Amino acid sequence: MVRNKGLILAHCWVAFAVFAAACVLGVWQMWVRSPLAAPYANPDNYFLSVTAHGVSMGFVLTTFFIMGFGYFVAETALQRELPGARWAWAGFAIGIFGTLLAVAMVVSGRATVLYTFYPPLTANPLFYIGLVLVVAGSWIWCVLMLIAMAGWKHANPGEPVPLAMFATVTNAVMWLWTTAGVSIELLFQVIPAAFGWTDTVDVGLSRTLFSWTLHAIVYFWLFPAYIAFYTMAPEAAGGRLYSDTMGRLSFVLFLLYSLPVGMHHLFMDPEHSTGFKFVQMFLTALVTVPTLLTIFTIAASFEIAGRLRGGAGRFGWLRTLPWDRPMVLATGLAFFMLWFGGGGGLINMSYGMNAMVHNTSWVTAHFHLIFGGTVVIMYFAIAYRIWPQLTGRAPTLRDRQLQRRQLWLWAVGMMVMTLPWHWLGLNGQWRRVAHFNYEDPAISWWGPWVIVSLAGGVVLLVSALLFISNLIRLHGSQSPRIEPLPARYALALHPPSRVPASLNGFGLWNALVLVLMLIAYAWPIGQFLQTPSPGAIVHRVGGAN
Amino acid sequence: MAASEHDVVRSELRWALVVGGFVAVTMGLTLFAALALHRNPPSNLERIDPKTLHLSGEFTEPNLGTRVEANGQITARIVATQFAFVPACVVLPEGREVTLRLASPDVIHGILVSGTNVNTMVVPGYVSQVHTVFRTTGDLLMPCHEFCGLGHSQMLARVRVVPGDQFRPDAQGRISCGPQ
Repeated sequence: MVRNKGLILAHCWVAFAVFAAACVLGVWQMWVRSPLAAPYANPDNYFLSVTAHGVSMGFVLTTFFIMGFGYFVAETALQRELPGARWAWAGFAIGIFGTLLAVAMVVSGRATVLYTFYPPLTANPLFYIGLVLVVAGSWIWCVLMLIAMAGWKHANPGEPVPLAMFATVTNAVMWLWTTAGVSIELLFQVIPAAFGWTDTVDVGLSRTLFSWTLHAIVYFWLFPAYIAFYTMAPEAAGGRLYSDTMGRLSFVLFLLYSLPVGMHHLFMDPEHSTGFKFVQMFLTALVTVPTLLTIFTIAASFEIAGRLRGGAGRFGWLRTLPWDRPMVLATGLAFFMLWFGGGGGLINMSYGMNAMVHNTSWVTAHFHLIFGGTVVIMYFAIAYRIWPQLTGRAPTLRDRQLQRRQLWLWAVGMMVMTLPWHWLGLNGQWRRVAHFNYEDPAISWWGPWVIVSLAGGVVLLVSALLFISNLIRLHGSQSPRIEPLPARYALALHPPSRVPASLNGFGLWNALVLVLMLIAYAWPIGQFLQTPSPGAIVHRVGGAN
Repeated sequence: MAASEHDVVRSELRWALVVGGFVAVTMGLTLFAALALHRNPPSNLERIDPKTLHLSGEFTEPNLGTRVEANGQITARIVATQFAFVPACVVLPEGREVTLRLASPDVIHGILVSGTNVNTMVVPGYVSQVHTVFRTTGDLLMPCHEFCGLGHSQMLARVRVVPGDQFRPDAQGRISCGPQ
């Protein structure tokens, strides 16, 4: 029985409404870049749209969904009342106000700086202030998650914190660390420049601070997907989680190795030495460890489920898994796409090899596969799973069928869109331009492949709209009214009765993050405090004032 | 079927060893490429004031373009600025070691050269430097690959790679694409 249904639904609906709008923009952008004539195509509209697409997907969809899902987990996994529900609503209101401010600036053309900002380009200060408010709203969520876990531990001394909540709090702790980088950049460099209080920006420093946030933010987005892999998918498949400890360990490794690695976004930058680039590349390689551990543990959990359902032989259990259940299907599709997205990522992080793909469509393909193919597809599956708890309506057979269709469309669209991008990227197709001159014989062969990827984008848009319609159906009267059962999380094969204190809290891990961050970033940031880069003159984008 | 807790731990550890081996091999290959083949990212840490780089020194207009130095070193100097490269075309020889040096007086730019591994960000405040050897002749595209403002899409230069015997600099060691 979920108490704060309205709170959770409000967060999730804001997230998904913004997501649907951003999908429309994404398809239009691909259309503009293709050889086909698109309406409203000019650079002003294109880059305005790219900014809106990135801000919506990266900051709004993710932050609001993660907050809403966190509140759901805190109530259902801990089976206690959410502490500070009024504070949660306050965080929501601050986030909404910030979003409206940022969106108003973007839509009116005062903030065409893309979601990664690129100082010394500067937008209207209200754009940055709006985004800082979204982050501030999420900090309230972080504190509430910490309080909820502390309250539960106080009431259940020595008991292991349920895995779903342990993971949610890991994410909250990681997010507090993550947002420090971009917040310092915005508050001390970008916002003063946007107000006109400073004339120049130390671009070396601003890029370094942003890199601090830029990798860990992806793991912030990814956490709900991993929570679903560990605590929902094995249960949905009818099996057990193979190892609870491995789950805790993976989440802690994400906390450790997603922060001191952001400089892999700066491999091609001139303001850092090869030494620190190499150190952060090494730490980046270690972040593959929790991902590969997860793939093993979840595959083993699925094998248990498949064998319980009568699957025999080496691979027979794959056939007997209940693929008709959206959570199981989404997990399978997400793992499939993770091979491509993760494999591409390994090439990106490989230091010298990064030169082959940096700022080409290869990178666009990589993060769309990770974001859309692993993160967002699991957001869909989570929504399908928790919605009946929130609306009190059970999905009908027809609902289930439409949900499966939506997931398949998403996966097919994602592959059709990103495979040509990978290929074109390897062949040097560069990023972030509003159009290509397909008359140029050197690149005219790109045209048909760009159209193929556009077709993939259209399939994704159809899937996104079907997702919204599927959720609306679960509010409607054609679905039978049910008395929702308590939310269930996967039981471990050997449920832990005790876990080491280090895996039941965050003291040790926070200390280790601090050490790793000092190793990875103390000098790369400190060098600019000691000797600032020659300042770059602030450039206000059109209409920024 | 019923795996004991001991079995679970053992199988997870076995897999962790596989993962550890995989990471070690990846790191080993990268380290080998970096140390033995000199495959490092461009990181020369050389500062330059974006406000004055056009007034004196290396990146003033007469110095831009390709030059063969007295010691035979071939360098192309290019300014990346909103929304063009100066010069928009440089001539370089096939099969010889060449150096590209770029700087920006305004905002962040970046370049790649199509069909090669030449790739660098151009960050105001710094000189970006890439060493390479071109293996194919012809006009290669050198676009700006980082968002630099509304005119970003227009920023497109060319690298004209000519066979070694057609690379004939003048008495000052200069060579250019000529009128476009």
